[in-house]
Amino acid sequence: MSRIGPVFERLRGSRAALMPFLVAGDPNLASTSQAVEALIRAGADLIELGVPFSDPIADGPINQRAYQRALAAGVTPRDVLGLVRDLRARFGVPIVLLSYFNPILQFGLDRFCAEAVASGVDGVVIPDLPPDEAGDLARHARAAGLDLIFLLSPTSTDARIRLAGAQSSGFIYCVSLTGVTGVRDRVSGEVEGLLKRIRQHTGLPICVGFGVSTADQARQVGAVADGVIVGSAIVALLEQDGGPARLEEFVSGLRASLDGAHAAKSTPP
Amino acid sequence: MEREGSVAEHPHMTAAKGRFGKYGGRYVPETLIPALEELENSYHRFSRDEVFQAELDRYLRRYCGRPTPLYFAAHLTQLLAGPRIYLKREDLLHTGAHKINNTLGQVLLAQRMHKRRLIAETGAGQHGVATATAAAMFGLECDVYMGAEDMIRQELNVYRMRLLGARVIPVESGTRTLKDAINEALRDWVTNVRTTFYVIGSVVGPHPYPTMVRDLQSVIGHEARAQILEENGRLPDCLLACVGGGSNAMGLFYPFKDDTSVRMIGVEAGGLGIPTLHHAATLVAGTPGVLHGAYSYLLQDAAGQVRGTHSVSAGLDYPGVGPEHSFLKDSGRAEYVAVTDDEALEGFRLLARSEGIIPALEPAHAVAYLRTLAPSMRRDQTVILSLSGRGDKDVQYVSRLEQG
Repeated sequence: MSRIGPVFERLRGSRAALMPFLVAGDPNLASTSQAVEALIRAGADLIELGVPFSDPIADGPINQRAYQRALAAGVTPRDVLGLVRDLRARFGVPIVLLSYFNPILQFGLDRFCAEAVASGVDGVVIPDLPPDEAGDLARHARAAGLDLIFLLSPTSTDARIRLAGAQSSGFIYCVSLTGVTGVRDRVSGEVEGLLKRIRQHTGLPICVGFGVSTADQARQVGAVADGVIVGSAIVALLEQDGGPARLEEFVSGLRASLDGAHAAKSTPP
Repeated sequence: MEREGSVAEHPHMTAAKGRFGKYGGRYVPETLIPALEELENSYHRFSRDEVFQAELDRYLRRYCGRPTPLYFAAHLTQLLAGPRIYLKREDLLHTGAHKINNTLGQVLLAQRMHKRRLIAETGAGQHGVATATAAAMFGLECDVYMGAEDMIRQELNVYRMRLLGARVIPVESGTRTLKDAINEALRDWVTNVRTTFYVIGSVVGPHPYPTMVRDLQSVIGHEARAQILEENGRLPDCLLACVGGGSNAMGLFYPFKDDTSVRMIGVEAGGLGIPTLHHAATLVAGTPGVLHGAYSYLLQDAAGQVRGTHSVSAGLDYPGVGPEHSFLKDSGRAEYVAVTDDEALEGFRLLARSEGIIPALEPAHAVAYLRTLAPSMRRDQTVILSLSGRGDKDVQYVSRLEQG
């Protein structure tokens, strides 16, 4: 079993898990390592690392630019596994990779799963691989003990929710809106209804991402989801040359917001 | 040879539907899957609906000018002293290229599916113009994504699209060409999937697009097959077409797929030459991978990053290719070759001077390959070349190139 399940076990009934996202190697591997340390100090419960890809069709401009910076630095999937190995030597926090399918396919599905687990990766999210196409990867991931996390979105039918629920392990990645990653003014009104529908079909924890960028939005989403994924806002902060201190401050704010939501829920007015 | 839809032997992954051998599939964000299922169901229904087919046929005849002639290029044949060369004149179609065959079919389908907004990607601009044309005729909203680099080389088509009422959205990301235009169109579709129909311009993308676009373009091969049989009383010996994504080639090849005596040759963009890596010869020099929703040959590096491409022709400047072409390559049913920019420009002039026909730079690649092919064939043999588009859009650009 990966390190992912126990985190949600521990937080069940208290507060939503916080999962910040950043692109590995943006702008270089050493800076990512420092950024992850800052995220952990700020109270991140899981870390999601993006594997750079030339054609990230599910990402908005902020993350696209981050992938380009990492590619310009020559970062490969193998480098990302190396980074995780270094982090794993120092931290127990679950690490999830977000990768488009082609880099994994070219790595070799079986080799990727085995080497990811050996490096300390706990799960993988593949935005362009629906469960229908994931048969062989799922087999290798299961054998290696790597959680394969599928995505659901507001357009997912009940049949597709059942499919993703049956195929996922670790958690379900719930895309809050129809669209690409990015910063939005408000949380999509579809989230709550979608979570209700997903919960009818699976007992897996559900983490919500895409367009969750502020402490307020995190609190709103954290009130209904098991986990909150914040990506573009963090990537944008790094892009504006926010150092580890600035990053820690921002993510501590997100975490306080989730803690506060819990406190507000559990203490009567 | 077609094994579409079958669960095939696969070295990497379990085959799902929409496969040509191991190629194809549906590698897209979850958000799009229900839309693709809806599209597949609608297409399945209307492709068997006589009223729909009759309407499409009427537009193809009266609006677009089908059937297009199969023209015996006597002077070119004499000049090359090889097989008898026939040109399938898709360049004479309304809007100037074969793209409208596909676009009209998809836009009629969009209407049936009550989608009021169309989006499209375009490289050379011909698919964008065809989509803008259909949108104008049917009164639909139309946004076309086009690489900023391509907007410069195909300036005339940008103007045509705007004149037709479409919005042309410049794509500044990545390579600023067709690949990134498709990325942006996919991002738009993920965002607006409930109201928008994505009109894909080639036999690429997730299932059902490669099948649907092939079927709609097969009118090229069906006509050509009947026309050559009527003219010569026998099948041609060889088919020749340029391949970017591969829609005009697939449209010509597919109706001949069971005529095993007929060679099929796809001509890719060799750019500055295969060894330079500045080319777009996906089937000649690529390896299988996943891009834009399908498993197919791909120009990529060892880590699976998609390579930048180069071609003098914007319509061929693409690192992917339709999955059914990958299947035809592996099965040996079709052959794929490449010609360079310079050879293509020579082909451009060759057809202009010998036949008084200025081809688009895309089929100029196929014309150029005749110089290699002709000496290997007998004079009593025949070749059909898909002249997929006319060269008006390229004249200004080529003239600039010539002036250096």
